[in-house]
Amino acid sequence: MTTTALPPLTKKDFQTDQEVRWCPGCGDYAILAAVQAVFPELGVPRENFVVVSGIGCSSRFPYYMNTYGFHSIHGRAPAVASGIKIAHPELEVWVATGDGDALAIGGNHTIHMLRRNVGIKVLLFNNRIYGLTKGQYSPTSEFHKITKSTPFGSPDRPFNPVSLAIGAEATFVARAVDVFQVHLKDTLRAAAAHKGSAFVEILQNCNIFNDGAWTGLTEKDARSEHVMLLEHGKPLVFGKNRDKGIRRKSDGDIEVVPLGNGITESDLVVHDAHHPRPSYAFLLSHMEHRPGFPTPIGVFRAWDDLPRYEDVINDQVREVISKKGPGDLNRLLQAGDTWEVK
Amino acid sequence: MKTGVSRTMSTLMDVPAGKTKREVIEQAVIRFAGDSGDGMQITGSQFTNTVALYGNDIATFPDYPAEIRAPAGTVPGVSGFQLNFSSGEVHTPGDSVDVLIAMNPAALKVNIADLKANGIAIINADSFKEGDLRKAHLTTNPLEDHSLDKFRVFPVELQRLTRAALQHLGLDAKAMDRCKNFFALGMCYWLYNRSMEPTIRWIDDKFKKKPLLTEANKLALKAGYSYCEATEAFQISYEIPPAQLSPGLYRNLSGNQALALGFVTAAKKAGLKLFLGSYPITPASDILHELSQYKDFGVLTFQAEDEIAAITSSIGASYAGCLAVTTTSGPGMALKTEALGLAVMTELPLVICNIQRGGPSTGLPTKTEQADLLQALFGRNSEAPIPVLAAATPADCFWIAVEASRIALKYMVPVIILSDGYLANGAEPWRIPSVDEIPGIPVRFATDPDGFLPYKRDPDTLARPWAIPGTPGLEHRIGGLEKQDVTGNVNYEPLNHEKMVRIRAAKIDAIVQDVPNVLPSGDPEGDLLLVSWGSTYGSITQAVKAERAKGRKLGHLHLRYLNPLPANLGDILKRYRKILVPELNMGQLVWVLRAKYLVDAVGLNKIQGRPFKQNELEQKIEEMLGRQEAR
Repeated sequence: MTTTALPPLTKKDFQTDQEVRWCPGCGDYAILAAVQAVFPELGVPRENFVVVSGIGCSSRFPYYMNTYGFHSIHGRAPAVASGIKIAHPELEVWVATGDGDALAIGGNHTIHMLRRNVGIKVLLFNNRIYGLTKGQYSPTSEFHKITKSTPFGSPDRPFNPVSLAIGAEATFVARAVDVFQVHLKDTLRAAAAHKGSAFVEILQNCNIFNDGAWTGLTEKDARSEHVMLLEHGKPLVFGKNRDKGIRRKSDGDIEVVPLGNGITESDLVVHDAHHPRPSYAFLLSHMEHRPGFPTPIGVFRAWDDLPRYEDVINDQVREVISKKGPGDLNRLLQAGDTWEVK
Repeated sequence: MKTGVSRTMSTLMDVPAGKTKREVIEQAVIRFAGDSGDGMQITGSQFTNTVALYGNDIATFPDYPAEIRAPAGTVPGVSGFQLNFSSGEVHTPGDSVDVLIAMNPAALKVNIADLKANGIAIINADSFKEGDLRKAHLTTNPLEDHSLDKFRVFPVELQRLTRAALQHLGLDAKAMDRCKNFFALGMCYWLYNRSMEPTIRWIDDKFKKKPLLTEANKLALKAGYSYCEATEAFQISYEIPPAQLSPGLYRNLSGNQALALGFVTAAKKAGLKLFLGSYPITPASDILHELSQYKDFGVLTFQAEDEIAAITSSIGASYAGCLAVTTTSGPGMALKTEALGLAVMTELPLVICNIQRGGPSTGLPTKTEQADLLQALFGRNSEAPIPVLAAATPADCFWIAVEASRIALKYMVPVIILSDGYLANGAEPWRIPSVDEIPGIPVRFATDPDGFLPYKRDPDTLARPWAIPGTPGLEHRIGGLEKQDVTGNVNYEPLNHEKMVRIRAAKIDAIVQDVPNVLPSGDPEGDLLLVSWGSTYGSITQAVKAERAKGRKLGHLHLRYLNPLPANLGDILKRYRKILVPELNMGQLVWVLRAKYLVDAVGLNKIQGRPFKQNELEQKIEEMLGRQEAR
């Protein structure tokens, strides 16, 4: 693969001539813009990018990225991407997927890719609805959601994608929001910098079938009150006036405390994204379901000390070759007990 | 042709004591049967290896239960290994056996029906106590109830004798008993005058970290041999001279091993990295085991989380420029179906191996069947033609793997290989080719951005260019949505869709230029043509030979290419009055031939999880032609 110096890439280099066919106002436009803005900064030759997707609105993504792209079948993008990455570890492989694609039909591939720590970046566009099939509930839809397929309310509890990824012991897990462009780009850069599997949940609005999916977080007032930005090495503070924080309890759980009256930032949990064990990040990922707790965004976990799967598998090949020398086909065919007929 | 032990043997009584006779015979069939824990597969493989090394032609039939360890001593737990070895040509493991080794009553009960009259039964007499008989649901002891009178029965206290031989080693009883299969093997080596050397070498290697077990197994083996020599138990031994195989270097090869070697060879010949995405499934897993060893050839094996990931990861690896292979059996094939369509649509090279087993659903995991032909030909949504190749014998799996890879790479298509449980586990001597005699597989990656379009085709093969990630200036997108002709852009226009469906079909049809014309063996025209595919090759060859020897005008046509079919097939079918298509299914190839060539072909169908016996085929031939028609 070539790595010769080329003129610096720009956002334009990553745009294709294909007409973008998402609904006007779709959150996917914002994600596409962010990705096209970040890719040129990564110092990777354009031909080394591969964007792989499954099926769903989000999975049209590769058609709009002027890189190598593979629009595969429903749920299977992590497996297709794994094959590419194992075959050529030097490629920069990104997966664009959705809540149905990655968590319903493709749930198995998602968790196993993360478990193996294949060096693939996964962008999960979470709009909590099936858009391309016109409005059925998804694995991230809230309990009791009224949709076309659940006129009396959805009967199952949703997955929390971040919790699921941390449960699979993903080495990088983050959350971003389509409309928070600056933060989204920062998160994409952080994901790109991670060597192993990187999983980014991007909260995304579907203005046709689930409009306002995340208004509880994205409206101006809501954002400052209910969203907590995770920053490594900084205390967990949130609230419009930055007057609330997260504190450890003696039983290991966490609680929301008001700052003041003797409680200072030094009493709060200091965010440690690099902790080798996933339990702390898992605790954070679950707080949004609890009354009074904020929804964290940012990098929950970025622990990069685990070897990448594709390196392990290719190192085995290199090791055997360095020990035994490259395989001799005649010798292989003639291996074992043989006899000669004259 | 078939001169078994029984025909040439006189009864033991006729042989004066102390004068062991050696008789030269042409061929024999031996079956080792015991509990799944008795090591019958190892015993059979060792005997096979030894006679193959000696130069006999062989065909084997390992037959084992799906349960790893069914309750000991019961009928479901019986595991068998049959070997036909000969100084002449061998095509099948044999219909019936000359020598049966039965380690317990259940093994005797299951297998005795296949022993020829006057055949030899070597029976472990230590396992015929009341409890043993009960486990096999026997009410009387076959060693005493005269049910075995028509055979020559040799009850041997395998357990007691083995323990006696190993007593001084200080092993516990269980460990000593585990060596009794080698005592039996030693007896068989004596019976057929075979050297114990290859097995001793194998024991040395196998147990090299456990010197006590090395010693124990070698002692048991030698004790079995000495027992025959000292007691003159058989009073006769046999000699089967080496077969007249064509000159060359040979090894014994099973179908799954052959596929693995074939793929390594194809990758080397194409100058590509080999990638195998696979999920363990019986009877295909051995291909994964084999290929995972060949890291010195740069082989990448990926044990995926499921069958779907196994094929889709392979598609990814193919997109990235590997020779990509995925291996499975029927249930896994069903799961891979959608991804097969993706490979068709994206026109990427891929080889899919279906090692067929009895079905539907989980079916008979360890038994053979060839009922996935129509699935291979048609089992996808919409119009998704795929070339299909089928191996005829275990060693043919090597050449089929090379050929399937060549077609996949030349035409940029997925190719299906059909093998089955019988070929996968069965073995035969394989004349090892020198690497130079195997033609190269030319592969060209697209590199020139000038005029590059992802679906611009080679006019001869209709193959689209293979432009792999990492190539500057060729960035492009592919996927499962319908493509615009030439550009490969997403396109839903009605006429473009029809055009693309027809192009994909024409591309597969054009592969016929690479499919050799077929020639029937036997009579080039006549009363009856047998048409076959897959693992039935051996038994049909044998049956046709036998029936022709009786004067019948028969031809036999064996198909290795099932899509596209050979160009001259239609002409050949017309040269015979009748057409018989024996298959281990309900009639799938016969269905295709009737539909495509409008011929009145009939089927002979067996769905028992076992291969055809020669006499089943001969009976059908005689039924179709009538006995009087023989001339």
